[in-house]
Amino acid sequence: MSGTSNETARRMAMLRDMARIRAFEREAVAAMREGKAPGVVHPSIGQEAVAVGVCANLRRADRITSTHRGHGHAIAKGADARAMMLELHGRAGGSCGGKGGSMHIADFAVGMLGANGVVGAGIPIACGAAQAIRLTKEDAIVACFFGDGAVNRGPFLEGMNWAALYRLPVLFVCEDNGFAAFTRNSAVTAGGGPAVRAEACGVPATGVDGEDALAVDAVAAELVARVRAGAGPQFLHAKCYRWEGHTGTDAAAYRPAEEAAAARQRDCIRRLAALLVAAGVSEGEIAALEAGAAAEMAGHRAAAMAAPWPDPGAAFTDVQDAGAPA
Amino acid sequence: MTRMSFAEATRRALADEMRRDPLVWALGEDLVQGGIFGQYKGLAEEFGADRIVSTPISESTIMGAGLGAALCGTRPIVEMRIADFTLCAMDELVSQIAKVRYMFGGQGRAALVVRMPQGMWRNSAAQHSQCLEAWLTHIPGLVVAAPGTPADAAGLLKAAIRSDDPVVLMEPKNLWTSEGEVPEKVAPIPFGVARHAAAGDAATVVTWSATVPVAEQGALESGLACDVFDLRSLWPWDEAAVIASARRTRRLLVVHEAVTVSGFGAEVVARVVEALGPGGLAAVERLGAPRAPVPFSPPLEDSLRITPARVADAIRRLAAR
Ligand SMILES: Cc1ncc(C[n+]2csc(CCOP(=O)(O)OP(=O)(O)O)c2C)c(N)n1
Ligand SMILES: [Mg+2]
Repeated sequence: MSGTSNETARRMAMLRDMARIRAFEREAVAAMREGKAPGVVHPSIGQEAVAVGVCANLRRADRITSTHRGHGHAIAKGADARAMMLELHGRAGGSCGGKGGSMHIADFAVGMLGANGVVGAGIPIACGAAQAIRLTKEDAIVACFFGDGAVNRGPFLEGMNWAALYRLPVLFVCEDNGFAAFTRNSAVTAGGGPAVRAEACGVPATGVDGEDALAVDAVAAELVARVRAGAGPQFLHAKCYRWEGHTGTDAAAYRPAEEAAAARQRDCIRRLAALLVAAGVSEGEIAALEAGAAAEMAGHRAAAMAAPWPDPGAAFTDVQDAGAPA
Repeated sequence: MTRMSFAEATRRALADEMRRDPLVWALGEDLVQGGIFGQYKGLAEEFGADRIVSTPISESTIMGAGLGAALCGTRPIVEMRIADFTLCAMDELVSQIAKVRYMFGGQGRAALVVRMPQGMWRNSAAQHSQCLEAWLTHIPGLVVAAPGTPADAAGLLKAAIRSDDPVVLMEPKNLWTSEGEVPEKVAPIPFGVARHAAAGDAATVVTWSATVPVAEQGALESGLACDVFDLRSLWPWDEAAVIASARRTRRLLVVHEAVTVSGFGAEVVARVVEALGPGGLAAVERLGAPRAPVPFSPPLEDSLRITPARVADAIRRLAAR
């Protein structure tokens, strides 16, 4: 690497994770379209800077809760991308043994407490994780990711109040990509939006350009430091844009194509790459990094296609101890 | 008769009802976009934003607002997107909607419809595949319908909309695109009347919802002439028809996608045994899911699935006893 400073190294590591997330998502979408990944894939392409900018400030012991659009959060938190790809394909060796799929990726070994098929469901879970951390005097915090659509669910209000009331070590991260499934979220959301709501409950909120990885990194660093210092919960409102449809097969006909095209121009990966080049990293290094990410994920996909299916008996394991299915 | 899909049949039925009664309206996520199965397609254009309401992701208020709107004289269709999300609105359904008429001494009624497509569909995994009809049949105050054909889905939807009771309509997710013959003019189908899908003496086969085509096919594959009943509604349900048939065949098979344990099949069997006495049946079987969540991976999901072959095997087992 030609850039020598620690700062450049940190930024290169962020760029690498963003490129890995994008490459993972591209493979995941292709696999869904080809019918190789069963079920539904919700890609986070265009939103990589939020996951990576936040998780760059987390440690392994920290926990995260995630959403149906959670591949990026998991990868940024250090989850095993190969196991994730196997999971998407429903194969043995997947993160959850093939029992969860794209919407239910979890990797507890790195503090990733689970994606979630229910919008907003991670918010109360994050509060509880933070209470446990306090009880056990662990040196860790919780980052709770959710979408802009989740702020219209009751658990959002309950969780904000709860975390503020008990001054819990939680960083709430609202990924505001403008859409809740097929509906523009502003069309179904009144008032001043996510940050205003959080503040009304006593959770200080900070807005950030979620397509600017360095901005997310800087703000997240500040908020994470406050949470670690015991200042109570913090709220990060990250504006971004969902490049793809709601799912890998949704053509998003309900929004103007120019809007998505404009978002692609603001590409968080190209923005960070440009800064790195300006700081002395060569174009070749950037290209190699991106090619490496693409090769890694293509390799994982090939591995997934070659992996065995789970043993049928796995359908009946891990249900419960007492009274498990015969 | 015209061949059409479940989604199209119910879309037309809803449009008919909305034309007939200006107080019928629908609320739920993404409805203006046509709903996730296309069952609301074009309705926003015809009826406007006051009657096809795209809501925030706020299940408890979608359900609770349905009740408030019903108490003030309108006829809401509460769309839950999928049955699993009803779990975010259980208080509103179970302790509010189902109770309001009784608790307030009959002063008002929750004349509304709750649509909740349910069951396995395209490897949706544990949080998006549940069949919880038995939970709701357990709740006094609710009518529960679970159609298995496009024509029945349309007719039951019309009946649900015209009903003064709160009606839960559990549409089988896996059948939205499947086609069937639907009459030009769909009439409301009364609750509690089963569809007699096939006649025979070898066994009485009772089913509903997504397993209707599976059970019908299984009965054919068994090579034995069975009395097959698609219950269509689970509360009330057609006890008389099932009991009369079981008295004759002395063999009873209940087939449903839901977990067998405490499933509605248990109620069907119990009622038949109560009516016929402990010696009234030569053989009885329930075919449902093992007591496990629905896994994602296709071969794992398949291991839970009811297939025509499994139904045929069960029928042969019963007939041999
Ligand atoms: C409680 C609940 N209601 C509805 C859904 C269906 N659903 C899945 S994702 C989604 C949109 C979520 O929007 P947002 O929270 O902004 O997240 P994004 O998809 O934009 O990442 C909806 C409505 C769900 N999963 N859970
Ligand atoms: Mg969103």
